[in-house]
Amino acid sequence: MIEYIRKHPEKVLGALTEHIELVLITLVISLAIACLLTLLAMRSERVSDALNNLFSVLYSVPSLALFALLIPVTGLGRTTAVIVLTLYNQYILLRSFTAGLRDVDPAVCEAAKGIGMTDMQILTKIRVPLARRAIFAGIRLAVVSTIGIGTIAASINAGGLGTLLFEGLRTINTPKILWGSVLSALLAVSINKLLKMVENRL
Amino acid sequence: MIADIANYISTHSAQLGTQITAHIGISLFALIVAVVIGVPCGYFASKSAKSEALVTAPFEILRVVPSLAVLILLIPIMGTGVKPAVTALTILAIPPVLLNTSVGFRSIPEFMVESARGIGMTEREMLFKVRIPGALPMMLAGIRTALVEIVASTTLAAKIGGGGLGEIIFTGLGLNRTDMLVLGGLLVAALSLLSGVVFDVITRRLLRYKYV
Repeated sequence: MIEYIRKHPEKVLGALTEHIELVLITLVISLAIACLLTLLAMRSERVSDALNNLFSVLYSVPSLALFALLIPVTGLGRTTAVIVLTLYNQYILLRSFTAGLRDVDPAVCEAAKGIGMTDMQILTKIRVPLARRAIFAGIRLAVVSTIGIGTIAASINAGGLGTLLFEGLRTINTPKILWGSVLSALLAVSINKLLKMVENRL
Repeated sequence: MIADIANYISTHSAQLGTQITAHIGISLFALIVAVVIGVPCGYFASKSAKSEALVTAPFEILRVVPSLAVLILLIPIMGTGVKPAVTALTILAIPPVLLNTSVGFRSIPEFMVESARGIGMTEREMLFKVRIPGALPMMLAGIRTALVEIVASTTLAAKIGGGGLGEIIFTGLGLNRTDMLVLGGLLVAALSLLSGVVFDVITRRLLRYKYV
């Protein structure tokens, strides 16, 4: 294993950076969409239920199946991977965002209304700050799940740590398989720990 | 493309049948093993704070580890085939079952246990008549999560020789055949959604008192 990293450091590190890039791109796009959808969902219960049902159905479709179904439309590569990962994230993000925002003590919101705040002000100045922990927990879960499903994205040429896994499997290269699995596991576990520490500080 | 798919189904119907049954068989087997291991472990974890920390900590970590990593990591140890596939799927399915069982047992209100003791139930009766029914909803929710995860990961298990519907997708990727990709994707999606629906029906049966 040590020998493998000595011989091909750029390959292992390249896969790792690719993976982190994939996660970051997905995170930014997912957050932007999730914020918009949350705004919509906070307006009415019915929209919120409809969105939740839609994404929960999508979420239970296995990633490999979604990749396969999107290939005829968007082709192989990173774009398809980002679309699928973003769709999965919406379920996690939307649920935790709306649950967190709704969970805020109604008395506080009443008081805010009483001093003349608009709905938008209540959302940004009361609900969001009070729900920050639930919001952050949702982001943490989304990031960890993206790291996990991101490995599968290598099967459609999206790069990342999954490349080491699939290539190692094809050539029965045990050190490569070990590096791929150890790094992806370590990445997921350490990011989870790190974000949990931040969450506890909030 | 629809013609291609129909053509593929008519020429490969026997193969499709075995793939579907293999997919269901492997998934169910892994789920049953995971429940047999996960539920008792979850029960013991709920007994005290110490046993909980001991049992849940490793499974919390395992839950975060990517499923593909677990699947492929077993190859150097167990080789390829159905055996490592089922082992990996079971490992992946234990955390949700175990953690939810533990939470379920701990969330039973103390007064219920007290009043059961008050009317003279023995420990054994309390376990079967109060604790297990009380923990059942959480337990079933955990088993459902495990089921959905297993059906998804069985697709990946085709890569390590586990058989199942993932074979169509991986072959389609290898041959650049859109019809196989779409057919495989649709079948896997349908199977996953269907298994969720079937499980919900069973849950409703078991928890009939909730839906009166």
